[in-house]
Amino acid sequence: MTVQTLPENKLEVKIKLSDEKIEKINEICESFDNDPGELINVLHETQVTYGYLPAEVQEVIAHNLNISVAHVYGVVTFYSFFTMVPKGEHPISICLGTACYVRGAEKILDEFKKELNIKVGETTADKKFSISCLRCVGACGLAPVVMVGEKVYGRVSPDSVRAILDEYK
Amino acid sequence: MEKIELTIDNKKIEVDKGTTVLKAARQAGIDIPTLCHMELHSMNIENKPGGCRICVVEVEGRRNLAPSCITEVTPGMVIHTNNIRVLNARKTVLKLIISDHPFDCLVCAKSGDCELQSLAIQCGIREIPYQGEKSTYRKDLSPSIIRDVDKCVMCRRCEMMCNEVQTVGALSAVNRGFMSVVAPAFEMDLEKSPCTYCGQCVSVCPTGALTEVDHTSQVLRALSDPTKTVVVQTAPSVRAALGEEFGLEPGTLVTGKMAAALRQLGFKYVFDTDFAADLTIIEEGTELLGRLKSHLNGDKNVKLPILTSCCPGWVNFFEHNFPDLLDVPSTAKSPQQMFGAIAKTYFADKIGVNRKDLIVVSIMPCLAKKYECQRDEFKVDGNPDVDFSMSTRELAHFIKQANIDFLNLPDEEFDAPLGESTGAGVIFGNTGGVIEAACRTAYELFTGKTLDKVEFHELRGIEGIRSATIDFDGLPVNIGIAHGLGNARKLLNEVRAGRSKYHAIEIMACPGGCIGGGGQPFHHGHSEILKARAGAIYSEDERKTLRKSHENPYIVKLYKEFLGEPGGHKAHSLLHTHYYDKSVEVTIEH
Repeated sequence: MTVQTLPENKLEVKIKLSDEKIEKINEICESFDNDPGELINVLHETQVTYGYLPAEVQEVIAHNLNISVAHVYGVVTFYSFFTMVPKGEHPISICLGTACYVRGAEKILDEFKKELNIKVGETTADKKFSISCLRCVGACGLAPVVMVGEKVYGRVSPDSVRAILDEYK
Repeated sequence: MEKIELTIDNKKIEVDKGTTVLKAARQAGIDIPTLCHMELHSMNIENKPGGCRICVVEVEGRRNLAPSCITEVTPGMVIHTNNIRVLNARKTVLKLIISDHPFDCLVCAKSGDCELQSLAIQCGIREIPYQGEKSTYRKDLSPSIIRDVDKCVMCRRCEMMCNEVQTVGALSAVNRGFMSVVAPAFEMDLEKSPCTYCGQCVSVCPTGALTEVDHTSQVLRALSDPTKTVVVQTAPSVRAALGEEFGLEPGTLVTGKMAAALRQLGFKYVFDTDFAADLTIIEEGTELLGRLKSHLNGDKNVKLPILTSCCPGWVNFFEHNFPDLLDVPSTAKSPQQMFGAIAKTYFADKIGVNRKDLIVVSIMPCLAKKYECQRDEFKVDGNPDVDFSMSTRELAHFIKQANIDFLNLPDEEFDAPLGESTGAGVIFGNTGGVIEAACRTAYELFTGKTLDKVEFHELRGIEGIRSATIDFDGLPVNIGIAHGLGNARKLLNEVRAGRSKYHAIEIMACPGGCIGGGGQPFHHGHSEILKARAGAIYSEDERKTLRKSHENPYIVKLYKEFLGEPGGHKAHSLLHTHYYDKSVEVTIEH
């Protein structure tokens, strides 16, 4: 029997929002008429603007849409697209689609995790790298595929992981 | 209403169109077991996420089994609720739910009252063949409520209560799949959420995932300490519900047995919160009349309506949600705190005991009272006016622990002087009761006339929001009543917008008032239990010779000997409080 331990406390960053930032979030909410039914769209657009959805941003959205913060947090944690952790300067995406997977993508993922000492969904302390997984970038001929920012790396092997990271150090 | 004919377990029945299979079966006397589904019919409260799948039935012609709580009847439907396919499926579903549930029934606070346990018994579960992942989550300990979400079955009743009924918004389902739990925002502790400790989540939780903080052992320790004098006060609605824990019919009053049991438990003085309820009426009534008279004299600064302040869940709610209206509620403390303040001054002096050696225990239908008595403003040099607040359920367990044969106890009386009360104090337990009690006194003080009839039937009832106009000898006084915090929010929004037509509003956080409090015996979705308790409260009022708070001789004496004038300086310092803006406390710290 495995024991799944849920995190002690998910909140890791506390930031003070600037007035302009709050104003921008207010604008996004208003563009959806502060309609609670548009929560997902509001979250989506806010994340596109800021890259992530820290607690303070969720509080402002909850206030504007007149819903509870707990509800907003419930939606943010339900959809894997939403993140409360800012992505790194060089976001790394490892394809775990079928073709990449059968050609050893998991080993590559493990190597990145080991090299950077972070888990999937996390960002390194120096904010340089973050790891996420995706399903198929449409380059199955190059499997296994890794993306760093917009750049695509094909036929990646665990041995080549360090060289890829060195390009950005 | 269009009727639909269908067959359930070979019984032909006819029900209204739109009825669910579950309700149709219940109308036919067939009780399909449920877990996530819960309904308080007379309160219009229903939880049916259709999530647990315990209530599955077979519908002839349909490939898969149907969850009866969310499947509507159709003409000619043929349903089987207990054939082998259904029974086996139900067992499998239950075994899967239990496979991620701790096996610590022996030490669980909910044991004996747990709906999951009852289902396991009913379905004859003898082993769990599934070995899978188990969730482990930290326990969240607040002043009133314990969250132990390892025992959560994701029925989401608490979420429905917290959001739809109470509109508190402290709890929400978060995360996804196996990781999903019901939690406050950012999975912070309940204490850092807008939780009001109303305890309605605890009232409806089918398992031990949400329970109250138990103070029994501290009380037992105090009772065994020879240097302490331990007194107890019992809230009005406890006597109308405690008997249920001992198998008595809902609505059976056990006032005398309760007093006898408390004495046997070792409480030196057995007093009644009803006494303090009478005191509340004098103070709150004086405040109401003061504000009303100033208003009639054209004073534009006076705040009306006045809102009752005896419900601590409600106080927490407006501190969190309406910090701009903190000067609207009455400043009168709740009866629990008035009692504590008087017990540790007036009564402690009378019996010559230092306040630190006087332990005040309260028996309450409420979990918010546990938080209330720990508030700093209700302490003198760190010593609280009320030391421990126990729920009705905790008292019942305590009586059982102490081998007291409750049912065969002789009826005993409360002690004087803080045990004497009028019928007005008793009806505090029902929605509408506080304002009715206030009207009985305010009417007579305002008009100088004696009421012919003390009952104000227009203030009674079960609708969530009620209003009535009471004729104060030519002056129409508009009264509003709300129970359940969602209903309170509606009236408060009117006040905020300056559209409220009321002079006085009574608010109770829990549906039904204190009889439906978060610390009462579990109703398991039977709203007729709440009705029976309400009836018992009114019958206790009728039995009383004195039914108006200002006629309580011990209250009169208390003012004469000790407090001075109602609303005067001493009364103000002991019996009134102030409120805080808690809206900022919701934000997260790091």
